[in-house]
Amino acid sequence: MNKPVSPQLLSDDVDAPARRRWQDEYHATIGTERVIENVSGIPIQPLYAPQDWPAYGRDDPLGYPGQPDYTRGIYATMHRGRTWTQRQLIGLGTPADYNERLLGILQRGATAVSLIPCNSVYRGYDGDSVEPELLGTCGVVVNTVDHMDRCLRDVDVGRISCAMNDPSPFTLLAFMLVAAERRGIAWNRVTGTSNQSDYISHFVANHMFYRLSLPGARRVLMDHIAWCRVHVPRWNPMSVVGQHMQQAGATPAEAMAFTLSTAVQNAEDCLARGMDPDEFLPRFTFFFDISLSFFEEIAKFRAGRRIWARLARERLGAKDPRAWRFKFHGQTSGVDLTRQQPLNNIARVTAQAMAGIFGGLQSLHTDAYDEAYAVPSEAGAQIAVATQNILREEAHLTDVIDPLGGSFYVEALTDRMEAKILSIMQTVDEAGGMYKAVESGLVQRMIGASAMRTQARIDAGEQVVVGVNKYQAEDEPGSRPAVDRPDPAAMRRHLDEFAATKAARSRAEVDKALDALTRSTEQQDGNVFGAVVDGARAGLTHEEICGRLRRDLGFGQPLVVV
Amino acid sequence: MNPDDDFRPRVLVTKIGLDGHDRGSRIVAAACRDAGMEVIYTPPWQSIPAVVKLALEEDVDVVGISSLATDHLIVPKLMQALRDAGLDNVCVVVGGIVPDDEEALLLEAGVREVFHPGSTMDEITSRIRGYAREARRAAAEEDRA
Repeated sequence: MNKPVSPQLLSDDVDAPARRRWQDEYHATIGTERVIENVSGIPIQPLYAPQDWPAYGRDDPLGYPGQPDYTRGIYATMHRGRTWTQRQLIGLGTPADYNERLLGILQRGATAVSLIPCNSVYRGYDGDSVEPELLGTCGVVVNTVDHMDRCLRDVDVGRISCAMNDPSPFTLLAFMLVAAERRGIAWNRVTGTSNQSDYISHFVANHMFYRLSLPGARRVLMDHIAWCRVHVPRWNPMSVVGQHMQQAGATPAEAMAFTLSTAVQNAEDCLARGMDPDEFLPRFTFFFDISLSFFEEIAKFRAGRRIWARLARERLGAKDPRAWRFKFHGQTSGVDLTRQQPLNNIARVTAQAMAGIFGGLQSLHTDAYDEAYAVPSEAGAQIAVATQNILREEAHLTDVIDPLGGSFYVEALTDRMEAKILSIMQTVDEAGGMYKAVESGLVQRMIGASAMRTQARIDAGEQVVVGVNKYQAEDEPGSRPAVDRPDPAAMRRHLDEFAATKAARSRAEVDKALDALTRSTEQQDGNVFGAVVDGARAGLTHEEICGRLRRDLGFGQPLVVV
Repeated sequence: MNPDDDFRPRVLVTKIGLDGHDRGSRIVAAACRDAGMEVIYTPPWQSIPAVVKLALEEDVDVVGISSLATDHLIVPKLMQALRDAGLDNVCVVVGGIVPDDEEALLLEAGVREVFHPGSTMDEITSRIRGYAREARRAAAEEDRA
């Protein structure tokens, strides 16, 4: 296929005298060279040239978008065709509060839903079980089908893609499916993603899960993937998450490596259950952090994309090209944002978003500038949406596919990141795969060490953070406005209605539904997620479902290593 | 830090409430340990009574509460519970995402200091050391009285 490389290139001698002249002049001028490494520990040269990109000079050094190994993108059209899905993560207050803000951002240009529940939901509780001060401050209090129906009022769930930030056992999706059923919407029209189905990332990093045990979550995930394929065929049941680990301190290379290792772990679990990779892999998606290390992030995504294509084909045995495509959602990094001079964060988010776009993402959340001191305000969320609109429609970033492809630096860095990622994956493989590497604490120790290293570099001023360790300024009064908290009276009414709905149910019916959940866990061929959907339809609440499954499948404590 | 100083602060680093993000608490716990303190560290999601019990049993000088996602809103309840348990001398500090207007409420409730993102580990550990010394001295005076 490829023409042989020209002898001139092979001699590693592309205009060697010119290069030497530059080198001499550079060193004479710059004096003592400052050593620069990226966050992943790869040394960065002052200049990249043809010699740094081994494939340079071949007829077809990179392949084409939509063709393996997909370095240049997973679709032939990429952002020239469909741009990316503008998916802003929001969640607050009561279901009515959430719905109002959701309709607002959809009107301003968001094209998909991403629902985040209240932290009480994350711990597996209903709203009436926790400190009322904490209700609805970080996400919407959604505990039943009725609540989900209210969250999505006037949102056509048969047309618009809905991501649910919903760990095992996926109660939010169950509520949404039953709400769709009530509206007469066939499940085969429902699209979206179970954004938090990667239980491994919860155990090692952010601990935001419904606290099923590690083996329990593993079982329920397999049931979820199998059930969705049959009943909600356009739903993505598996989102493998690198975002949590990078936010917890992993370097970009570590985050990509751990994510790919997790994807392999989950895929091999599916294979062990007899599933066909050509059927389940096209519904695997990925979710990554996009930090401010601009070129490193672009290289991370390009390298990850081609590693996955090879893994899917060679290691997991997928034959259908749709199973090789590395579809990913990116979220700009909150850790990079500062409380000091908060409007500076708009510039940071812009650079992060551009890295994700040049990295070839399919879906994007941009953080609000006020995230470093509060849960994002409505004004902050609107600027985040506008940032995406500007990048997409004013800045001409989407005119050309993979516009940085062929840059000597980007290609060399993509190669180096690929090698780094593969070596970390090798360490995980040697530890017995991701599940075992997390059980033993290996992954947590690596992430913890990287987090400490970053903190030390920032404290020493080696890593500049504008407004924090350099260019500090006195706080402007009022630069950080007071935050809105949910209206306590509205939350009280929400809880009162919830209490009334619960009391109106027949105890016998509730017990019957709970026992059906238990049976699904006991039967070899039972499907726990199918039983969760039935339980939601029968009126079970989030806490009831999680509580019963924790009893039957074990309670999950985070696997923390300090 | 004075290397001849053999004072060993006892510090509880923990998270109360509902949030699980623990990068901050892990880093601060490790920094306190590296600065020569006795650190009692817990995973996230501690209840207020559990924190009070630990503070009592471990005889700590300082309780450090890490909060990313609004759990600081129940810190005033923790302050009350510590006072109810007779732990008036224990010094409480909070670190994390705390809006300005709510920081004032925490300080009013008796929190000694709120550390925001951007604080260095040196700043945090030297302040904690100072608070621990105060707490230890106050407890000793109370014992004498």
